[in-house]
Amino acid sequence: MRADPIIQVNNLKKKYPRVYAVQGIHFELHRGHCLGLLGPNGAGKTTTIEMLEGITPPSSGEILYKGKPLGKTFHNQAGIQFQATALQEFLTAKEHLKLFQSLYPQSLPLSEVIQLCSLHEFLNQDASQLSGGQRQRLLLAIAMINDPEVLFLDEPTTGLDPQARRNFWEMINGIKQRGKTVLLTTHYMEEAYQLCDQILIMDHGKIIASGSPDKLLKSHFQESIITLPSDDFKVQNDFPLQHQNLGDNIEIRSSNISQTLQTLLEHKIPLQHLQIRKHTLEDLFLALTGQELRQ
Amino acid sequence: MMRRIAALFHARNLEFIRDRASLSWNLLFPALLVLGLAFVFSGDDKSLFKVAQLTTTEQINPQQHPFLSTEHIQFFTLEDRAAALKKVATHQIDLLLEIHDKQVHYWVNSESANGYIVEKLLLASDPAAFKQTTQGQAMRYVDWLLPGILSMNIMFSCLFGVGFIVVRYRKNGYLKRLNATPVAAIEFLIAQILSRLLLLLSVTVLVYMGTDYFLDFSMHGSYWHLLLLTALGIFCMISLALTLASRTASEELAGGLLNVISWPMMLLSGVWFSLEGSPEAIQMLAHFFPLTHLINGARAIMLEGADLSDIRYSLLALSGMSLFFLLVSAKLFRWKAE
Repeated sequence: MRADPIIQVNNLKKKYPRVYAVQGIHFELHRGHCLGLLGPNGAGKTTTIEMLEGITPPSSGEILYKGKPLGKTFHNQAGIQFQATALQEFLTAKEHLKLFQSLYPQSLPLSEVIQLCSLHEFLNQDASQLSGGQRQRLLLAIAMINDPEVLFLDEPTTGLDPQARRNFWEMINGIKQRGKTVLLTTHYMEEAYQLCDQILIMDHGKIIASGSPDKLLKSHFQESIITLPSDDFKVQNDFPLQHQNLGDNIEIRSSNISQTLQTLLEHKIPLQHLQIRKHTLEDLFLALTGQELRQ
Repeated sequence: MMRRIAALFHARNLEFIRDRASLSWNLLFPALLVLGLAFVFSGDDKSLFKVAQLTTTEQINPQQHPFLSTEHIQFFTLEDRAAALKKVATHQIDLLLEIHDKQVHYWVNSESANGYIVEKLLLASDPAAFKQTTQGQAMRYVDWLLPGILSMNIMFSCLFGVGFIVVRYRKNGYLKRLNATPVAAIEFLIAQILSRLLLLLSVTVLVYMGTDYFLDFSMHGSYWHLLLLTALGIFCMISLALTLASRTASEELAGGLLNVISWPMMLLSGVWFSLEGSPEAIQMLAHFFPLTHLINGARAIMLEGADLSDIRYSLLALSGMSLFFLLVSAKLFRWKAE
């Protein structure tokens, strides 16, 4: 039997004067899980996460934390990292940690947070002089300072280089191992796949798909993708397999790899540069939300 | 290069025009300033000197003496001799005269540059005018000016130091981050008040001590009373700044609001010159400014040796305004830009 959800969202709506940002969403978040909230720009992700954080009031609907409506003390249980947060000028990383530590009734020891988020190297550096990766680590440490039960991360790795992003993922995995519940929004599908146990894809304020990443991929795609360089792909008009020309490459979707490879060999197509890949979350995301450019 | 400059010029123009709130202030503020100054300094010309006549009549009668029709001098009447002499001593009027049977008696502060010139003008029109002696040591203009300068510095430091910072915190999301902690709005506001109060009080004391070492300012009252009044004045100014910065995230709008408050105070609260003899409406308006009460109280303590009961009106006004501004700012305060 599955444990009760730590957060339960029922028919949550948010209406701004000219737009419905969130249009009646339902979902549950279980203890120790990481839930990824994905969607194009303007889909309603940030509004949703801010309502869950308790800093934006919903227009209607219900958010339950451990079965009860969010109360004033929820701030003590929540760790929050916003999409863009300015730090105070002329304060060092350590002074920021001490400042936020003193704002909560309970907190982790400073040394533990420093260790968890690898802050040693720049602990006494002015926050305005930190690199993008260091800054995000400090903001994560600030979000963790009150030893929260639920951690909200709104696009925490946007703008980071691949190394910094992977380093950040390791820290999130470390936090998950401590039994923390994480709600994450991101535009990086690989990040969602790596970190999230469950994914919600939002568009136009509604949830259009939900489930674990693998289950979602399985339910939407039964085929694998075979990619070949266009230069190697010299075929006659009677070539039996459907294919898509992507410029330098040709893509063939196949639900029977052996048979497809056999067909390629029969048509004397060289296979030395052939690649086979599964569908990714990005494919799913684009399939569900479309290819057109958003805001 | 010109194309890039033109593109940047165009982009900045669009940004400026589309920021409706800031644009409104940029239009409204100079208009208000021009109208306000025109009202304050209305009349044929700005008078250069202030001369009071000791008399029981309400109006000056220029027929009484040729000096009374001298142009560019503002003449007005005073009844209370002791109060009038104090105004001479404290540079609120440049010269005081009394006329008995065409004989002019006058009092002038020997430390006043304006008084010196007006005396010359009087003696040119009436060499027989008789100079009366004033009691006590004549006061220097710098003694009169000091409370105004220190108070003005307090005003600017509070309005821009607190108001602008809060707006910047709101704009860059720092307030939003604090809102995600258990910190209540009133806690944040109190912290801002205490921080600026302590810093500014220390700075003001240091500036006073430093300049006093060289200029040996006149101090007839209690330093503790002056410190208390200064602390209350700072508290009131910070509360006003927090009220002005309670909602906006636009630094341009905040700048406009702060200017529209600070300029009239600087001009009408008696920092540089006394409002003695100016229209009654202006003197009434000045009583709504905290700066007026801070300066009046400080001058009374320093120049006249007033104690707390003597300046109770200033203390009450500052306390009332502080409470009002603090309640309004707590009520209006928003963590996020709207």
